[in-house]
Amino acid sequence: MDIMEKLTILTNSAKYDVACTSSGVDRGGAPGSMGSTVGCGICHSFASDGRCISLLKVLMTNYCIYDCQYCVNRCSNDTKRVAFTPEELAELTMAFYRRNYIEGLFLSSGILKSPDYTSERLLKTLLLIRNKYHFRGYIHVKAIPGTDPALLTKLGMLADRMSVNIELPSQKSLRQLAPNKSKNDIFAPMKLLTSSIRQNSYDLAHYKSAPAFAPSGQSTQMIVGASPESDFQILSLAQGLYQKYRLKRVFYSAYMPVSDNPLLPARGTKPPLLREHRLYQADWLLRFYGFKAEELLDEEHPNMNPLMDPKCNWALNHLELFPQEVNTAPYEMLLRIPGVGVKSAKRIMTARRNGSLSFEDLKKIGVVLKRAQYFITCSGKLACGLKITQDGVMRALIGDKLPAENKPEQLSLFAPSAMLLKGEIRQCLGVRT
Amino acid sequence: MPWRTDVVYLYDGTLQGLLTCVFESFSCKELPMHIYTQEECELSLFTAKWVDTDEEKARRVWESIPKKISTRARQLVLQSFYTCLPDKERHILDFLRLGYAAGPSVTERITDERVFVLQKAVKHLLNEAHLLKGFLRFSIHGNVMVGVIEPKNYALSLIAEHFCNRYPEESFLIYDKTHKQALVYQSYQAVILQLDSFEIPKEGEEELRYQRLWQRFYDTVGVEGRYNPKCRMTHMPKRYWGNMVEMAPRENHSDAYADKPAFTSLTA
Repeated sequence: MDIMEKLTILTNSAKYDVACTSSGVDRGGAPGSMGSTVGCGICHSFASDGRCISLLKVLMTNYCIYDCQYCVNRCSNDTKRVAFTPEELAELTMAFYRRNYIEGLFLSSGILKSPDYTSERLLKTLLLIRNKYHFRGYIHVKAIPGTDPALLTKLGMLADRMSVNIELPSQKSLRQLAPNKSKNDIFAPMKLLTSSIRQNSYDLAHYKSAPAFAPSGQSTQMIVGASPESDFQILSLAQGLYQKYRLKRVFYSAYMPVSDNPLLPARGTKPPLLREHRLYQADWLLRFYGFKAEELLDEEHPNMNPLMDPKCNWALNHLELFPQEVNTAPYEMLLRIPGVGVKSAKRIMTARRNGSLSFEDLKKIGVVLKRAQYFITCSGKLACGLKITQDGVMRALIGDKLPAENKPEQLSLFAPSAMLLKGEIRQCLGVRT
Repeated sequence: MPWRTDVVYLYDGTLQGLLTCVFESFSCKELPMHIYTQEECELSLFTAKWVDTDEEKARRVWESIPKKISTRARQLVLQSFYTCLPDKERHILDFLRLGYAAGPSVTERITDERVFVLQKAVKHLLNEAHLLKGFLRFSIHGNVMVGVIEPKNYALSLIAEHFCNRYPEESFLIYDKTHKQALVYQSYQAVILQLDSFEIPKEGEEELRYQRLWQRFYDTVGVEGRYNPKCRMTHMPKRYWGNMVEMAPRENHSDAYADKPAFTSLTA
């Protein structure tokens, strides 16, 4: 079959996997080879959905023996099935890489015959790319649950990053929607990767010639909105994965309805994009801002506020800690001020060594004053003309983000009030009283 | 005696020329209103003074920066020189004057206007160079890879190392259409040349085949239900699209920029 058609089908079945990063490993080029990797990663294009295209993201094949209900490639789905040969895929990857279209390959696969058989085909492709074509660029490969550990180790020696997708954030949902997979199937390879990566970092430190095992670490993905788990459950699980399994990234994927199974949202349901966005914001707070999942959400408030980002939400619930004096606050506290990011917090630390900072200076540093002004003082002074109450700040912060039905319209005698009531705002904010 | 300010310097546009101007400014106790290259020079009320590039003077200024200020400051000066900041020469002179007085802490004074203006311009330059490392497209003609960029800043010198390192065994040419410069790399040697015009040769059959495959991949990988052109535009501003294969109009397609995925979902 023609490569164009294979590429189309196997891209179409891989596109719901969200991970496309090429970051985490700095490896320069070398004579006699092609390619290099850059620590911060490089985006080569942006698709019509606004997501970064960094790697050639395709499946080896979309044949699959499993019947996971949320997946386009489930065996009960009536769709055309094709497979790349390792040679075809290696050649395509190199041709794209040479033209600077991509940073490398993201290779996943449906399960053909058995997990081991599938992994062997992945391995064959990677061996071709690394050894025949001397490719030094980025490779992300999936660890297929149920694969022999020896095979996974071989894959890890050739890849920069490996990942096992959790897909559904609880065992119950997994049992209902992915009958061929169990929690153990997923966590077993994840554990193996964690211990191999840890062992390898020890070897690398002790032996000069130790080969690198997945130097860019492992990641995973969870589908959001296909099953009933709360944001709190999802975020707690992510936090556990970062701590226990040392994952580099957890990706969240808003579920796109692809099936008529009554347990899943119906076709035509909009994907919960805002929820996904809030989860990413919270994920960043866990990884770079020193927050804990329990600080952002709890059993009583298990879901994120749609009107406000999780950091603003947290700050408004802890007004007793604010305002913070920008010129003296410790770094950890600067990070918790809405409108101050990791970069601006560091720049504040540098700049205040040379004199005290004013609101004007903060603007130059890159602080988003629109949000930060409610939570800071500069040399003891608040921003001009601000009076800070919880409701007032909340109204100001959500301002133009009110839901569409609350936009001003022609007054009607019988329509419900278009204004948000104080109680409603407090409710949506999850204000703890 | 106050420094004379009613003078304009003219120089040859090279870094060495600018460093000579810095030397001239200090030795003659002059603070020029502007430092212009010959092309930029307009009629001015002030005396225009041509400064001859002098390697020895330039070297002395260049070596004084890490000694009296810091290596970080010298890097900032060098990078600022590659930016498209209007009147960058005068801003660099102001920064150096501050630096010689304040010493190594000058690069930490990020809220001082004289430092801020350079750091902001350099941020723009570095950002543009980073994007170009991703957005540049090569087409292959025989054994030579050719790419064209249209950056606002002099980004070519910043991306040169990246591409030479990535494709050590290849021969390639990257043409900067804005500044009419070309980076030529062959057998582990790279040079940047002035090149007044350049046309990409016509693509052969194999090249066209891979361009079509890449366009198809691009059209397929976007998820229809998440269509978000505004987000795409934020990350990939339109001014880069002209040199990108996947953003070119499709041959047998009416929509010019592949707005809608060409291949409808297989699952429907």
